[in-house]
Amino acid sequence: MAGWLFVITLILALAVVYRPFGDFMYRVVSGKRNSVVERGIYRLVGIDPNSEQTWGVYARSVLAFSAVSILFLYLFLRIQSHLPLSLGMSNVNPHGAWNTAVSFVTNTNWQDYSGESTMGHLVQMAGLSVQNFVSASVGIAVAIALVRGFAARKTQTLGNFWVDLTRITIRVLLPISVIFAIVFIAAGMVQNLSGGTDVTTLVGGTQHITGGPVASQEVIKELGTNGGGFYNANSAHPFENPTAWTNWIQIFLIFLIPFSLPRVFGRMVGQNRQGYAILAVAGVIALASIALTVGFEVHAGGTVPQAVSAAMEGKEVRFGVPNSATFGAATTLTSTGAVDGFHDSYTALGGMMPMLNMMLGEVAPGGVGSGLYGILILAVITVFVAGLMVGRTPEYLGKKITGREMKLASLYILTTPAVVLIGTALAFMTGHNSTALNTGAHGLSEVLYAFTSAGNNNGSAFGGITVNTGWWDTSLGLAMLIGRFLPLVLVMALAGSLAKQQAVPASEGTMPTHKPLFVGMVVGVSIVVVALTFFPAIALGPLAEAF
Amino acid sequence: MRLPSWISQHVAALRAVIVFTIVLGLAYPLVMVAVGKLPGLDSRANGSMITVADNKVGSKLIGQLFTDKDGNPIPKYFQSRPSAAGDGYDPTSTSASNLGPESIVDTLSKNPDDASQSLLTQVCTRSLDIGKLEGVSGARPFCAPDGTGAVLGVFRSGGFTGPITRVVAVNETGTPFLDTYQGVKVEPAQNDVDYQAEGAVMTPIRGDAPAKPAVPADAVTASGSGLDPDISPQYADLQAPRIARERGLTLDQVHQLIKAHTDGRTLGFMGEPGVNVLELNIALDQGQK
Repeated sequence: MAGWLFVITLILALAVVYRPFGDFMYRVVSGKRNSVVERGIYRLVGIDPNSEQTWGVYARSVLAFSAVSILFLYLFLRIQSHLPLSLGMSNVNPHGAWNTAVSFVTNTNWQDYSGESTMGHLVQMAGLSVQNFVSASVGIAVAIALVRGFAARKTQTLGNFWVDLTRITIRVLLPISVIFAIVFIAAGMVQNLSGGTDVTTLVGGTQHITGGPVASQEVIKELGTNGGGFYNANSAHPFENPTAWTNWIQIFLIFLIPFSLPRVFGRMVGQNRQGYAILAVAGVIALASIALTVGFEVHAGGTVPQAVSAAMEGKEVRFGVPNSATFGAATTLTSTGAVDGFHDSYTALGGMMPMLNMMLGEVAPGGVGSGLYGILILAVITVFVAGLMVGRTPEYLGKKITGREMKLASLYILTTPAVVLIGTALAFMTGHNSTALNTGAHGLSEVLYAFTSAGNNNGSAFGGITVNTGWWDTSLGLAMLIGRFLPLVLVMALAGSLAKQQAVPASEGTMPTHKPLFVGMVVGVSIVVVALTFFPAIALGPLAEAF
Repeated sequence: MRLPSWISQHVAALRAVIVFTIVLGLAYPLVMVAVGKLPGLDSRANGSMITVADNKVGSKLIGQLFTDKDGNPIPKYFQSRPSAAGDGYDPTSTSASNLGPESIVDTLSKNPDDASQSLLTQVCTRSLDIGKLEGVSGARPFCAPDGTGAVLGVFRSGGFTGPITRVVAVNETGTPFLDTYQGVKVEPAQNDVDYQAEGAVMTPIRGDAPAKPAVPADAVTASGSGLDPDISPQYADLQAPRIARERGLTLDQVHQLIKAHTDGRTLGFMGEPGVNVLELNIALDQGQK
């Protein structure tokens, strides 16, 4: 019962902030005025905030920024031992640095390393957590550009990437981070530059209590749906998540931006009801997924959970099973990938849910920005499918869905499954699946989970698998890179193609896209696409284990 | 001079990365470190350390071991949960076990480097040990009396179908926990044999232990962080008679202390009740002085 109240209060809180926070973000991305700080940043970066970019220039700006970010972070990791606050940590090896740099720039935050034994404080705060901010802003910026494409009438331009990046970072992400970092410190998260304290425990043993700028990194880890923990244990670590109520706040922060972006979408296209329709799609899927995950975990099926009498392996006492399962669903429904309990030790079906959430393409509500553009792609596909089935004109928000739009949307839908399934197959063909800790069906799940997580830029893991080898670092790095930037470029191309169009007036043949029927159809299309793509792999992994 | 646009974009990108690194990577966290030095926040920002007689003994938030040098529980202390962090409660190596729900077959070998215990056997062994320590039954479903996972490798003539040809108690090299299975004699396992690879179907045997065993769930499972500072009130209550005996206290006194160090659900619905083991043990020590 308490577990359901935990979910209900989260829903209420998100409902309360939907309009005010969505409207606030709408003003951030649509306003013409720039603050002093922002003008200062434009000057330092050397860009003209009033120049508008075509989709191609916008996309190339995103790619240039991300490429430079990867190189910068790679260098940072490779020379960390020479920098201050390295705590004596050595330089990260080349394949590990590549993997980590790509991981944080793509908003994945897959971690092939253990934070407390690999990363010094400077790399954590000035390297990794900077990308937590800006990779989130990049996702939101691209989503906004797509929505501008829907809202625009016969134009070539979609805004200015540098302006979007700066405003989202400075006006949305940073202020919220400051506020909640203080809350988190008050809750007991550490925030210092200490290398740690050696203590003599009560029974005369020794223990090294770690330090670090944890609270400041923790907020943006959730708010930006990043998920990369300061420590190996991520949000299960008492310093990253000290209490049951910080656990609630973390889930709230994970959902805050993704669930409010539909409001921004509705405002921008001038019809709030369109935003509510998108919100409804995400909400229905999210609620079903959370209910199933909590249900499976509380039911505790499987040999070991039955022997234990609860699915407590890998979970913390202060959170308990239902709240941990809620977190597990939230982190994979978005592209976060933080964990407060270890998915590898979930029940077979409970562990399948995070995987299914990711396979849905993380659209319910998905990562910051990436979730919105993902679901809009599905909406585009839905109007097309509806057009085929009932003879409606395929159009969405007054824009015709022609062959070009459908090609871009289809390629988008195909990219991630291709990365995931080909990657998983390659791991088995080359024998690199042998680094999985568990054997049999669960061993397959560990490999499948790794590529699903990388391809969808989630970053959570079935942690048993050893992935800091050259092969895994390289291949998962490629999976993250392709899984992020190919869809992103396709989305930009779609935005450009939509922006060019004249709006067509709604006619008899237009399918209303704000009604429950449409919501139901988008949910259906999302599930059918995933089921058809991934069912064979799911059957060999979690389903084989459960039955 | 005007740079070609592809170069100027990368220059802008580099400048943006540097600017954001200064603002978000240095200014923001360092200001937060400064905020953490404010009175009221400073002890928390520095790890919620607990001091006993002017010595730091640990953090309120980080669990620790209450065992002797050989890893045996020290009877006068409440015991923490099992931990997969290093050699136990090592904050420099936080980790969960990551073993799955069907991790039920041990790898048996004379060479300790090749041998490994399944999660099931780990759970069963812990339950047996805790049962002995606390004087209750350590029996659990799917556990053999000797503390291994009760799992049979069943060979059938047609692989998955047909009559049973051979049955092996795959986690036991000694006397098997069952004499016969469906009329076929159960043989003990041999070292270094992978019965699964040889075609046996792994069949866990439920046994007749109660679904809710005397030893609670958190006592036999490793936490996610390996640093869980809490145990469930049920596990604390289970340990209470031993603590009372060892310390010459009444059971009532121990229960009072447990109650004083139990945190209920936040606002009545967030999380689960937990007992902070370090604080409880410190309170016990201080009460004895």
